[in-house]
Amino acid sequence: MTTKSQAVLNWIDERFPLTSSIKGHLTEYYAPKNFNFWYFFGSLALMVLVIQIVTGIFLVMHYKPDASLNAAGVPVAFASVEYIMRDVPGGWIIRYLHSTGASAFFIVVYLHMFRGLLYGSYRKPRELIWVFGTLIFLALMAEAFMGYLLPWGQMSYWGAQVIVNLFSAIPVIGPDLSLVIRGDYVVSDATLNRFFSFHVIAVPLVLIGLVAAHIIALHEVGSNNPDGIEIKKKKDSTGKPLDGIPFHPYYTVKDIVGVVVFLFVFSAVVFFAPEGGGYFLEFNNFIPADPLKTPPHIAPVWYFTPFYSILRAVTYPLFGLDAKFWGVVAMGASVVIIAFLPWLDRSPVKSIRYKGPIFKVVLTIFVICFFILGYLGVLPPTPGRTLVSQICSVLYFAFFLLMPWYSQLDKCKPEPERVNFK
Amino acid sequence: MSVDQEVDSGRRTLLLATSAAGGVAAVATAVPFVASLTPSERAKAAGAPVEADIGKLAPGEMMTVEWRGKPVWILRRTPEMLASLDKTEDKVSDPASNKPMQPEYAKNKYRSIKPEYLVAVGICTHLGCSPSDKFKVGAESGMGADWPGGFLCPCHGSQFDLAGRVYKSMPAPDNLEIPPHKYLADSTILVGDDGKA
Repeated sequence: MTTKSQAVLNWIDERFPLTSSIKGHLTEYYAPKNFNFWYFFGSLALMVLVIQIVTGIFLVMHYKPDASLNAAGVPVAFASVEYIMRDVPGGWIIRYLHSTGASAFFIVVYLHMFRGLLYGSYRKPRELIWVFGTLIFLALMAEAFMGYLLPWGQMSYWGAQVIVNLFSAIPVIGPDLSLVIRGDYVVSDATLNRFFSFHVIAVPLVLIGLVAAHIIALHEVGSNNPDGIEIKKKKDSTGKPLDGIPFHPYYTVKDIVGVVVFLFVFSAVVFFAPEGGGYFLEFNNFIPADPLKTPPHIAPVWYFTPFYSILRAVTYPLFGLDAKFWGVVAMGASVVIIAFLPWLDRSPVKSIRYKGPIFKVVLTIFVICFFILGYLGVLPPTPGRTLVSQICSVLYFAFFLLMPWYSQLDKCKPEPERVNFK
Repeated sequence: MSVDQEVDSGRRTLLLATSAAGGVAAVATAVPFVASLTPSERAKAAGAPVEADIGKLAPGEMMTVEWRGKPVWILRRTPEMLASLDKTEDKVSDPASNKPMQPEYAKNKYRSIKPEYLVAVGICTHLGCSPSDKFKVGAESGMGADWPGGFLCPCHGSQFDLAGRVYKSMPAPDNLEIPPHKYLADSTILVGDDGKA
């Protein structure tokens, strides 16, 4: 480095921790050297967040959150999305990047969470990373739900109607609470405008703050790895972990490979199947919202369906309260319970590599149930399907609630001293 | 600050009092923000009653009018449809309409002023979808051979009979709401105003 640029850097470093931040988070942040495939999804989630923010900024320049009807009798919001698709140069690709990005976000985040389950990434000392992560997931659900109202199609409208009405099931405060959420007696222009505000300002701010907290907490304690052992226990004479390598350049380069492969698939969807077979963009949402007519079958977008199935699975009233209320409680609990994993897992080892057969069986059942619940959530209910979703819901909760017992009973293998690396 | 320093109790009291006053101010400031989330005066005023001309409604036909942004159904029931209400009596959860889902003048077997015309808010009491009409009797409706005609909510499968009464063990907790309404003439119904409120 020339003396002049060194002088500029020194000037900055005396006023802002630039060099030390780059060292602490990149060039001298030591990550375990045995990361595998599953470790792509954290950085991919960050990249999808950037895609969503950038495409979102450009969509807001043309979108109008207005439920009133234009001269042609079409809601202005719906028409403005059509306008973006047909008349704004490049508008179609920006919108498809954003709508595909929403589904991609959930795919990446679900895989990222599953990685945590596999390798016990939530265990001590990473409890707060996991709790922040659950909050990110919640914020992401809120963000996706409110964003889905904006095109003001039939699914937007009736989906919002159903979910907002869920809150009215809460005893005493429920009806007033749903009134405050809608800002009207039905989902209307007031609802559309406040969801727009939350979708573009409030929730993204919260999301970015939580992501920062998630990464700061991660860099404080260091990353877990597929062996689930602490690399900080074995250090060389200079205090660097023996099994650690600097995040930059080693993992930045590795993650770029992941980004390239991801973008292959992502672009293929954006260009050739942006509707995702009716799962990423539901067909009924190409019809403008009609407050007088519910589509014959309404289902949430795919990423909500496992939790939606749990909601529908509750059909019994309890303690004098409606089944509807308990359905809401079960759905809320099914998300919140994820945050408690660090304290439910009592296994002596973190990683599935050293856990016993019980955990492997239980995790397999859990994943199967999650997929079945997701599948049933897009279908209309029948008595048979309701029964299956009830069984799967019970197994879903059993995975978490019985963990303190089965995780201790399991026959675990001894953890290695150093990470496995070929 | 070192821990062994004496706490100046006078200043501590002032600190607490200031914090409390600041807290009250913060809560007071939140009031207009929360208030802005509640329905506006315009939204409250938008509940004007609507007139419906039922002169052209044939027996067995249903029309929908919009009132307060919600669909309101007016169904002209045939004698067979009215007779089906006797059959559903012991299958519905609130046959006598004891829950206050209707004005006093519609608290009867037909849940209406004139037995022939059902006026109901077409919003499921479960989560607010609009049920579809399944008026055809029996298997033709796709609802099973003993279906006497009624409504089916597409969202969560709640079933209602032709008086908007919900069947037992359905997701929906209550019968469909009967809005306040009155007859202005034999062929005109005013929805949203019964002259009693």
